Amino acid sequence: MLKQCEGSHAVAEAVALCRPEVICAYPISPQTHIVEGIGEMVKSGELKDCEFINVESEFAAMSVAIGSSAAGARTYTATASQGLLYMVEAVYNASGLGLPIVMTVANRAIGAPINIWNDHSDSLSQRDCGWIQLFAETNQEALDLHIQAFKLAEEVSLPVMVCMDGFILTHAYERVDMPTQEQVDAYLPAYEPRQVLDTAEPVSIGAMVGPEAFMEVRYLAHARQMQALERIPQLAAEFKSVFGREAGGLVRPYRCEDAETIVIAMGSVLGTLKDTVDAMRDAGQKIGVLGITSFRPFPLVAVAAALKNCKRFVVLEKSLAVGIGGIVATNVRMAVTGMGLKGYTVIAGLGGRAITVKSLAGMLEKAGRDELDLVTFLDLDWKAVNKQLELEKTKRRSGPVAEALLRHAGIVGARNY
Amino acid sequence: MSAQQTVKFYQTGTFTVGNRLLAPEERSVQANMQRTNSINSGHRACQGCGEALGARYAIDAAMNATKRQLIAANATGCLEVFSTPYPETSWQIPWIHSLFGNTAAVGTGIAAAIKVKRQKGELREDVRVVAQGGDGGTTDIGFGCLSGMFERNDDVLYICYDNGGYMNTGVQRSSATPPAARTATTMPVGPEPGNPFGQGKFVPAIAMAHEIPYVATATVADLRDLEAKVTKAMGIRGARYIHILVPCPLGWGTASHDTIRMARLAKETGIFPVFEAEHGEIKSALAIRRQLPVEDYLRPQKRYAHLFGKKPAVDTIARIQAIADKNIRRYGLLENQH
Amino acid sequence: MFQIRIHGRGGQGVVTAAEMLSIAAFEEGRHAQAFPSFGSERTGAPVVAFCRIADKEIRLREPIMEPDAIIIQDPTLLHQVDCFAGLKQDGYILINTTKSFEQLGLGDFVRDWHPERLCTVSATELGIKHVGRPVPNVPLLGGFAAVSGLIKLESVAKAIEDKFGDKSSSKVAQGNIAAATEAYNIVRKEMEDAVHA
Repeated sequence: MLKQCEGSHAVAEAVALCRPEVICAYPISPQTHIVEGIGEMVKSGELKDCEFINVESEFAAMSVAIGSSAAGARTYTATASQGLLYMVEAVYNASGLGLPIVMTVANRAIGAPINIWNDHSDSLSQRDCGWIQLFAETNQEALDLHIQAFKLAEEVSLPVMVCMDGFILTHAYERVDMPTQEQVDAYLPAYEPRQVLDTAEPVSIGAMVGPEAFMEVRYLAHARQMQALERIPQLAAEFKSVFGREAGGLVRPYRCEDAETIVIAMGSVLGTLKDTVDAMRDAGQKIGVLGITSFRPFPLVAVAAALKNCKRFVVLEKSLAVGIGGIVATNVRMAVTGMGLKGYTVIAGLGGRAITVKSLAGMLEKAGRDELDLVTFLDLDWKAVNKQLELEKTKRRSGPVAEALLRHAGIVGARNY
Repeated sequence: MSAQQTVKFYQTGTFTVGNRLLAPEERSVQANMQRTNSINSGHRACQGCGEALGARYAIDAAMNATKRQLIAANATGCLEVFSTPYPETSWQIPWIHSLFGNTAAVGTGIAAAIKVKRQKGELREDVRVVAQGGDGGTTDIGFGCLSGMFERNDDVLYICYDNGGYMNTGVQRSSATPPAARTATTMPVGPEPGNPFGQGKFVPAIAMAHEIPYVATATVADLRDLEAKVTKAMGIRGARYIHILVPCPLGWGTASHDTIRMARLAKETGIFPVFEAEHGEIKSALAIRRQLPVEDYLRPQKRYAHLFGKKPAVDTIARIQAIADKNIRRYGLLENQH
Repeated sequence: MFQIRIHGRGGQGVVTAAEMLSIAAFEEGRHAQAFPSFGSERTGAPVVAFCRIADKEIRLREPIMEPDAIIIQDPTLLHQVDCFAGLKQDGYILINTTKSFEQLGLGDFVRDWHPERLCTVSATELGIKHVGRPVPNVPLLGGFAAVSGLIKLESVAKAIEDKFGDKSSSKVAQGNIAAATEAYNIVRKEMEDAVHA
């Protein structure tokens, strides 16, 4: 059924349709509306047979999820930013134990300085934690990916993060097509765990493993992600047959066929990029967009295939590998090893900096002329940065960097909008 | 006196209850040939390990009380390490180790899953949950999750095996390390090699402050009492906490054969109060049978050896005695003596 | 694509207004996207929310920097925030005020604009009258339906029912619909007067 609603609400409804049995809730912006929404459905009886647990921290949220998942319950939680970092030890534990927990990450920057706005630093910091990471482009896709996530997680016995841009998607009202319970039931079978805490068949889960087998255990985690790499496109196809629309998959090319320049990105910025690329196509430029939906497992082959006929690629990412440049870019470069492509990294949108068509078009035109720096910081206020660097040269006690930068930039109070 | 201890035997020279003289139905869980042996023999605990003994009695009693419908979550620590390394496991019950600091929360998750599965009719048995850890995993790193589990009143029995330090990593200080006890990390702090006075916390009192249905302390010297408390705890719904003093020969510097003696001395000197509380109120305390000075408890332990050099640290010993005396007053340990 | 920016203060229902506007457009079978300015603003602080309305899928995710219309829920913001930043020439302006554009000091700014696109309505008073609360957001939506001609008043009424219908008594919804309707009629009248002036 078509409806106009908030992204968080759409996800809450989709999760409820997946019949979760345990929900762990701890508030952090911009994720909060999701678990609140599910909580309302538990209260109203719309979502039956579900324990809604208010925990005392994100670390506890993931730990409760570990317990309930190990005891055989379909388990969901949501977090963002500092919350994800606070639960990291348990995040690794959940994947190490092979527990198919599904978690929404409402992507948000990581401090310091504290910042509540969107970028991808949080989930990308967890790129090696063993979880599958799927990125949603729209609220429709966020909704659809959650349904696929439970199926994927439970099939391969790995936890899945569904990443959606905080505020930009979570707080946006837009049209979504909400599936019916019958459709979801037809797609998503009951959870059948590979291991479970069962008094009839007692097992020990999570004991120590020494050097004699640890590498093999880790390899199997990798092998399971490789299985997921095969299953993700199949699950998207099965999804289409039940729900009648495209969602998920590994990568999504847009106007890439004869493109000389392909810009690669993840999440909601893909929409703005498509608008930009349409306008540039109208102006005669051969340019396309490649969206990456599955960041973990990373689709090396699919990315290489999509880029095989282009001359150059630009990775636009909302994350920064401090000290080297891009995170997604590094992964893409691995995919195109030996292909002789020119590659550019563009860091954009950190901490909620708006990514505009105007800035994208300017940057992509430069890329098309191969005039772009290898690593570019889109819309960076160089004047303010240089002023600060100068200050630090002359003054030892230069004070808090963030405060000084705002002064250099001439921003006194809160911005206008 | 423990409620379950209906028959009391005083054997000459010891305080051991004469189990053999009891009618079969009054005998301890451990005396039963059909006991589960939840932690089977062959594990790697040190000789004289108080934790291994305490855990075996506690978990067997919980298994008995739940008709073998029990799942355990275990914190990282000695108990986890000595009982498991794959492919071996001593655990005869469904058991999970997740992390050092999250065991109470893992217990909450298991209990939640069981509740839903029972509601849906997918689980016939009334399965119950025990979460357990050492004092480091309970009073320090796991304290946040423990407090959360308490305040939500989740249906989990949490058992802390307190040996007063991080023994698994080589005897470092925890917030349960008693004043003046020496560990590898108390030496750099303050003028004395032992733990400073005025630090640390007594988690049973903090558990009581959460007003949870049941809090108890026990030692491995009174195993019938321990069994009775675990049995009682499993008859109650909601968050429950049992804090067991488990001497550690390695960390305390005591002989392996003195584990039970040390636990008894802790209780008989008033150093470790043994009591029960319900909904935040003390309901009973195990009376001191024959009060002893704290020196009797301290002197056999190498962790207090610095107090008994050429010039005994009389002042320090007096301060420890004062702590014991305060416990005796606070918990009424000399009242209702038999 | 038609782009609307709403300025107000925390507590005035700025974000809700943008959301309801998107629901009203959705009710007419159109695509709409509403989103807030994503601040951690508290009650009383300047707040901005955005709404895009189009006949095809809206992919653009940048903030609205060149709006077709501006709704100002609190005229005291005029001295504090550049509410008209990027507003297209001859754009639509709707202000919650009892004053005129001249009295607000905006006379020169809009001198040559279409007068029927510049409207005011005392939405706070309509809120008090019909709902018992000084919340101007819903009446302004009624006014916006009139001034822009972009959405029907009935669609605004549907959006009100969608937002207030099930969680509070329908009395709240009915009061809001009455407020929006009165605002709609006031603005219609203003527009006619402007054209005939």
